[in-house]
Amino acid sequence: MSKNLKFDILRTALAIGIALLIALVIILFVSKEPFTAISQLLLGPLGTVRHFGNVIEMTIPLVFTGLAVSIMFKASQFNLGAEGAFFFGAIGASIIAMKVALPIVVHPIVAILVGGLIGAVITGIPAILKVRWGASELVSSLMLNYVALFLGLYLINYFFRDVSAGAMVSLPFLETANLLVLIPKTRIHFGIFIAAIMTVLAYYYLYKSKRGYEIIVTGENIKFAEYSGIKTGKVILMAQLIGGFIAGAGGATELLGMYTRFSWQALPGYGWDGVIVAILARNNPILVPIAAFFLAYLRIGADLMSRTTDVQNDVIAIIQGIMIVLIVATSFLSKYRHKMIFNEAKENLGESAKEGK
Amino acid sequence: MNQLIDIIFSASFGYAVIRVTTPILFAALGSLIADRAGVINIALEGTMLVSALTGVAISAYTQSAWIGLLAAMIAGGLVGLLLAYFSLNLKTDIVLSGIAINLMASGGTVFVLYLIAKDRGISSSLPSLVLPKIQLPLIDQIPVIGAIFSNHNVLTYASLIAVLVVYIFLYKTPLGLKVRAVGENPDAADSVGISVIRVQYFALIASGVLAGMGGAYMSMGYVSWFAKNMTAGRGFIALAAEAMGGASPVGTFLTSLLFGFADALSNNLQSLSVPAEFIQTIPYIATIVGLVIYASRKTAQINKIKQQEK
Repeated sequence: MSKNLKFDILRTALAIGIALLIALVIILFVSKEPFTAISQLLLGPLGTVRHFGNVIEMTIPLVFTGLAVSIMFKASQFNLGAEGAFFFGAIGASIIAMKVALPIVVHPIVAILVGGLIGAVITGIPAILKVRWGASELVSSLMLNYVALFLGLYLINYFFRDVSAGAMVSLPFLETANLLVLIPKTRIHFGIFIAAIMTVLAYYYLYKSKRGYEIIVTGENIKFAEYSGIKTGKVILMAQLIGGFIAGAGGATELLGMYTRFSWQALPGYGWDGVIVAILARNNPILVPIAAFFLAYLRIGADLMSRTTDVQNDVIAIIQGIMIVLIVATSFLSKYRHKMIFNEAKENLGESAKEGK
Repeated sequence: MNQLIDIIFSASFGYAVIRVTTPILFAALGSLIADRAGVINIALEGTMLVSALTGVAISAYTQSAWIGLLAAMIAGGLVGLLLAYFSLNLKTDIVLSGIAINLMASGGTVFVLYLIAKDRGISSSLPSLVLPKIQLPLIDQIPVIGAIFSNHNVLTYASLIAVLVVYIFLYKTPLGLKVRAVGENPDAADSVGISVIRVQYFALIASGVLAGMGGAYMSMGYVSWFAKNMTAGRGFIALAAEAMGGASPVGTFLTSLLFGFADALSNNLQSLSVPAEFIQTIPYIATIVGLVIYASRKTAQINKIKQQEK
């Protein structure tokens, strides 16, 4: 088992290394100042407190969607609705933050819970369609993301728009709803604790509880799960409801922590990023914050690079794609793995032979 | 309501339906070939984007729309090849490979767009060309029908021909038989000496070429430029259209037309006083409803067969 883990870490590290190397080669080709660009990409976020703060700020939503996707993928459900759940959860929380007067502390809690419940509805619909009628959750969740986007924009633009503001933004949130900013000079907010709590809860739920075990068994072998008496339909539904709840709560937290109005006019993309985080973390909640931090670091580095040099931050997309492919590729380094297992078995055999004498 | 009926039964609406169906139909046919070979191509969305940009770039560079189209088709085939390599050789889960390709394509196209057009959103600074429209002789003269069916982009007619070609390919050629055999039961196909991997490679490349034609239509016919993420989920809608069309060429054509109808409706209703955001959800909701109807009918069929066996 420990050898397996070692191998996983090695493979992930190598995949990241190869992806970065390819990106560096691309930068060398397209840039007139490749060395500044590369140093900005890799070291830029460490430059100032504010920039490092940006990394932490971005880590928070990525932890939420990473956890959401991890739990759904753990049940082998390719529900990609985390994107829509995050967006619509943010809309729900905004409406509470704008229109419902509540005391401090209670206000953000209610807003985040509402965001979470709305998120659960968004991922729950494809889950129900799958369990009840066998419709592919992959396609229906993709479609639902667009529905969530347009319905959300409809709500904001028609009912909660601040007509006195120049841009398409909502009314300002009531001050009681905002999450506390923790560190001056940055926007790192209380959401970091919520993300940490979510991580621990998700880990315990998935690995230490009966229901979590049911999710893992169902994800690994649904037939086996059925024969052992697990109600797989319920498990599949549950995994996706929880995933959507976490994603929706994440959208709510992001909005209350980072903004004072709702101003998104497109899907923010954190749901797709959640897929990347989940893959990097191998669907293990405890590794999600590390993966989220890594991805956020790369993103901020790329932003700094595109701000100060002639290389666009979209180069990050190529790094991400290659990382996903190599990390999930079962035959990547499989010969090495074989050798490792073979050697281990031989050692064990030798030892037991000695013991036999 | 009357206004709505007026819109739907106007010749210009019929024309619009065919016009917006084209990219979905190409991608759905691409999805069909891959699906029949037992591989899901979820990278259609990214493939279309790559081809749309390639078409614009190459047609601007060579000043020939046809070379642009050819390049777009080759680019589509290459993306299909990449997906095949990831999933069949590196053994990465094909859905995750597709997601990876889509992510790479949506960022990568913007990256390349900035390199060639010095703009992160739109390619209008490039002198790219569009493919010609064709006036059908005789049909052009018939009232209403002429207005609906004539004067479309050459790729629109190509997409209709592609339905026929895919049909003949799948059901009347030896290779098509192999594709269906591999999709039906890869082990059985393997046991009679069919190279499963080679057939699936072929299917994914062909799928990419078809999606590439859809992408070329987007940037060299539907509009005359490339814009960031211009496919707007059409590759995903195509997946749904193919699933709903029961994985048959004719069924796929009809369901693509249905989505084209929803798409055209949402474009046209914007002139009415219905909120645009509301209308924009129509194609996606139609897709979900259609998917559920198809899936539930299929489960009902399976249950019926099971009961008969008893």
